[in-house]
Amino acid sequence: MSSATLQRANAHDSGSKKIRKGHSRRINWWLTAVIAVLSLTILIPLYFTVITALKTPAEAGTFSLPTTWEWHNFADAWNKVDYPKAALNSALITVAAVVLTLLTNTFVAYAVARNMDKRFFRFMYYFFIAAMFVPFPVIMLPIAKQFGSWHLDNQLGLVLLYMVLGLGTNLFIATGFIRSIPVSLEEAARIDGAGTWRIFWKIIFPLMGPINATIAILTALWAWNDFLLPLIILTDQSNQTIPLAQYVFSSQFATNYPMAFSSYLMAMAPILIVYIFAQKWVISGVMRGAVK
Amino acid sequence: MSHVQTAQVAAVKRPKKRSAFSNRKVDRAYYWMVVPAAVIFGLFLYVPFIQGVAYSFTNSQGFGDYKWIGFKNYAALFSDDRVGHAYLFTFLIAIAITILINVLSMFLAVALNGNLMFKNGFRAIYFIPYTLGVLVIGYVFKYIFMTPLPALGRALNIGWLSESLLTSEHYAWVPIVFLAVWQGIAYSTLIYLAGLQTIDGEIYEAASIDGVNGWQRFSKITFPLIGPFFTINLVLSMKNALGTFDQVVALTNGGPDSKTETVTYLIYSGGLTGGEYAYQTANAVLFFIVLAIIAFVQLKFFGNKEKI
Repeated sequence: MSSATLQRANAHDSGSKKIRKGHSRRINWWLTAVIAVLSLTILIPLYFTVITALKTPAEAGTFSLPTTWEWHNFADAWNKVDYPKAALNSALITVAAVVLTLLTNTFVAYAVARNMDKRFFRFMYYFFIAAMFVPFPVIMLPIAKQFGSWHLDNQLGLVLLYMVLGLGTNLFIATGFIRSIPVSLEEAARIDGAGTWRIFWKIIFPLMGPINATIAILTALWAWNDFLLPLIILTDQSNQTIPLAQYVFSSQFATNYPMAFSSYLMAMAPILIVYIFAQKWVISGVMRGAVK
Repeated sequence: MSHVQTAQVAAVKRPKKRSAFSNRKVDRAYYWMVVPAAVIFGLFLYVPFIQGVAYSFTNSQGFGDYKWIGFKNYAALFSDDRVGHAYLFTFLIAIAITILINVLSMFLAVALNGNLMFKNGFRAIYFIPYTLGVLVIGYVFKYIFMTPLPALGRALNIGWLSESLLTSEHYAWVPIVFLAVWQGIAYSTLIYLAGLQTIDGEIYEAASIDGVNGWQRFSKITFPLIGPFFTINLVLSMKNALGTFDQVVALTNGGPDSKTETVTYLIYSGGLTGGEYAYQTANAVLFFIVLAIIAFVQLKFFGNKEKI
């Protein structure tokens, strides 16, 4: 059923206007009002974060606008958390995790998807997928210990873990898509003498564009915001990611709330800015991953 | 030898396959694509898992000497009140989180799929929480629950709200559930929206000609048609809720008086910082068995419409 629904969903992706035309569409103002009021549950905490970040400590704790705008809170937090270092570290880890995941997980998915009629590859499929159902806490303690003894308790180890731990989900997302790509293209290339690797990189990988975007978005959001994995893997304080830096920071400077909030705001800002510009693309990408 | 067997199996199944595949041997490159990944995968996930099981039968603290002590860790787990409470707490909040997320996101998805003004703008707003790190937004909520909210409670004379919920033994679970739901709704809503888009609009037109009302429309048409998405959402949100960790770290640190410790939090805090490495590894193995049973029950219960 997977590829059929996928195609259907793709058709809707591009052609949802068709349905809209079919219905006589009148705006439902009651529903709009309800949804607008409910959206305050998301906007108010964000508003609160911004205004608190700009207040004096004495003024913090209410929803009113600040009387004086304390922009220096950002500079203070920037220095206290060593923000550039944490941000650079998080960015490097995120980019490396996304690139490595895309470069490796896709061809695993391709090999499995194209050979599902073989017992070995079918077994591999379940071998990878089964790990999706092993919750991370179960292997957390042994992994922390093991990575320490392999000297992988650093960024490299973290990136490798993102690459490996995501494989089950990514395989799950990508195989249905790959099977909807017609094999005739590959056959033609094979007749022309191209090998399997070449076919993959030259033909299949580019055709996987939409699903690669989905995998990249999910991996990036995960790696950037993740707290538990960096917490147990990165033993050296100087390797902190942004969430980890906030964790250490909040336990050290707990009383100066405006400065803490400007630090939280700076932690959220990069991904929020990206999201504001790419929200349509992010939403459709994540949605594509949900439709199997 | 096993290759010969698989070839035979494939040969038996072959008539169903497309003719282009009829006489192929699997190219060796395909094995190069999969086998190294499988080795690394096994090394990173399955080996630590087996090691964890082995450690759970020792008295290791995570370092230094240790010896085998058989099932003593497991026996101790069953008589440990703190562990028992963590399991109970985890299940209760997981059920609350799963139900709230699914009910609310189903409503939101149907609404966001309706005839709204600024539909795409609202979709973008409702998806914001998914892009934020739980820990960081958790700190924001911690402060909201600590200061402005009790102030509001006092102003409105609401007794239970005029003290911080986070330090209350009875209500400290509320902020944890709230944060998990606030963040989890975004993704579930998107999955339901994806499901709603697979429904052909003509079905609704036919129904409206037959005079179907709003609730019937939802319960008789929409809900059955997005059934598989409901299953996915239920399984995913339950799995995430059972692993609740960041929310606890950000909001309560397990307090007050260990009342809000989840199993994951206990495994982390006891195992990595509390010197109970082997004991908490045994706890993790027990947790795995419990979760496997839950997953099995879920699959049995909700049928295999959406078989992987």
